[in-house]
Amino acid sequence: MAKKYAFFLGCIAPLRYPGLEKSTRVVCKALGIELVDLKDASCCPAPGVIRSFSKKTWLAAAARNLALAEKEGLEILTICNGCYGSLFDAAHELAEDKELLKEVNGVLKEIGMEYKGTTKVRHFAEVLYKDVGIEAIKKKITKPVDYKVAAFYGCHFLKPSGIKGLDNPENPHILEDLIAATGAEAMPRAQASLCCGAGGGLRAAFPDNAMKLTKTNLENIKESGAKYIVDICPFCHLQFDIGQKDSGYSFPVLHLSQLYGVAMGMDAKELGFSAHQTPVKL
Amino acid sequence: MPEEIVMVTPDKSFVDLVAEYGGEGVKMCFQCGTCTASCPSGRNTAYRTRKTMRAAQMGFRDIAFSGDDLWQCTTCYTCQERCPRDVPIVDVVVAMRNIAVAEGKMYDPHRKTGQNLVEIGHSVSFGDKQKKMRADMGLDEVPPTVLANKKAMDDLKKILAATGFDKLVG
Ligand code: SF4
Ligand code: SF4
Repeated sequence: MAKKYAFFLGCIAPLRYPGLEKSTRVVCKALGIELVDLKDASCCPAPGVIRSFSKKTWLAAAARNLALAEKEGLEILTICNGCYGSLFDAAHELAEDKELLKEVNGVLKEIGMEYKGTTKVRHFAEVLYKDVGIEAIKKKITKPVDYKVAAFYGCHFLKPSGIKGLDNPENPHILEDLIAATGAEAMPRAQASLCCGAGGGLRAAFPDNAMKLTKTNLENIKESGAKYIVDICPFCHLQFDIGQKDSGYSFPVLHLSQLYGVAMGMDAKELGFSAHQTPVKL
Repeated sequence: MPEEIVMVTPDKSFVDLVAEYGGEGVKMCFQCGTCTASCPSGRNTAYRTRKTMRAAQMGFRDIAFSGDDLWQCTTCYTCQERCPRDVPIVDVVVAMRNIAVAEGKMYDPHRKTGQNLVEIGHSVSFGDKQKKMRADMGLDEVPPTVLANKKAMDDLKKILAATGFDKLVG
């Protein structure tokens, strides 16, 4: 079964860590997933700052992105927890609340668009887990790795679990399973669900608090014996990659798509490690 | 000596405003404090989730907006997952932030993020350095988003204007 999705890029991946975009493209191709660029999309918009500023704007701009995918008749695939959080939550609200949908369509009308409320929003990790499956993935792993890693879920992949319904957020296993498929091992650690620190506008306005959360994570990761951080969100990725500067830590930070690329024998150039601040030594 | 007991009157107009902005669920809160105990941000700051929920319930605007408490929430949802009353805590925080921002209370770095959205349709900046980085990886210099299509960017701008966002961050 050919699997086809509208690839929603977001902001941080294409504009700060294009390697995440690149590795997703090559890995999806290798796994038989067809990605169609969701042309003309904008910022999701960001669930931290933009939603905090104006929920009305956030919802209308998200609805525009959802409507673009609806027109293509495709489910959205995102590689970012922030985009997943925004687009999934917005799609959920608009599917549940017809009055709200009507209101939002009043805004979309200004640009000749309408959202019917049908777009499904999927996260890369969840698509791999559910639509491709661990066994099929294992067949494509040509260069298994033996890394000990920290599985970093971030906040908005599993939560709020009431609407996401993917896994138990207090004791999840999806990412550990996806990591194990490459031969790597996710090391159990304390406070595994602790926020990276970047979310909610914290990184921009309160970097001290953000960095305290990052450092607590880094301490726990070190304690666990992990040597790499594997994330599924470009914002967590950025927070750990840049946040380790002058911290005394230097865990290479890999997005799941990059770990998969490595385990499928792709070279570092193709996976975009050159954009990382914390050097990726494999 | 017993502490002095002060009588307070809820400010219904603020309670209603919070509800209007999507924070109505706060009325379910019975002040158990599970949220505060779960909050990673509260470990580093004076932010107390339970107290903020109380402020929303009672309409204590001054408490809700005092200092930078409201802006220390990372929206991690840890509290919400554990709340025995299913209070949509993050929605309540977002509702109160929306009210604060509508009253002109915003931090400059956040305003900058908002301005980026208005200017280029993305929440981070984009320039020659990023173009080169993309090209070096064999990607299109400009990603196929609003950045690559003026009509799409104009559409987004219309939406931002129609919902008053450009004025908000202007
Ligand atoms: S956990 Fe829920 S019920 Fe308890 S104080 Fe917090 S918001 Fe209120
Ligand atoms: S969502 Fe906000 S208030 Fe709740 S635990 Fe996380 S940081 Fe604290």
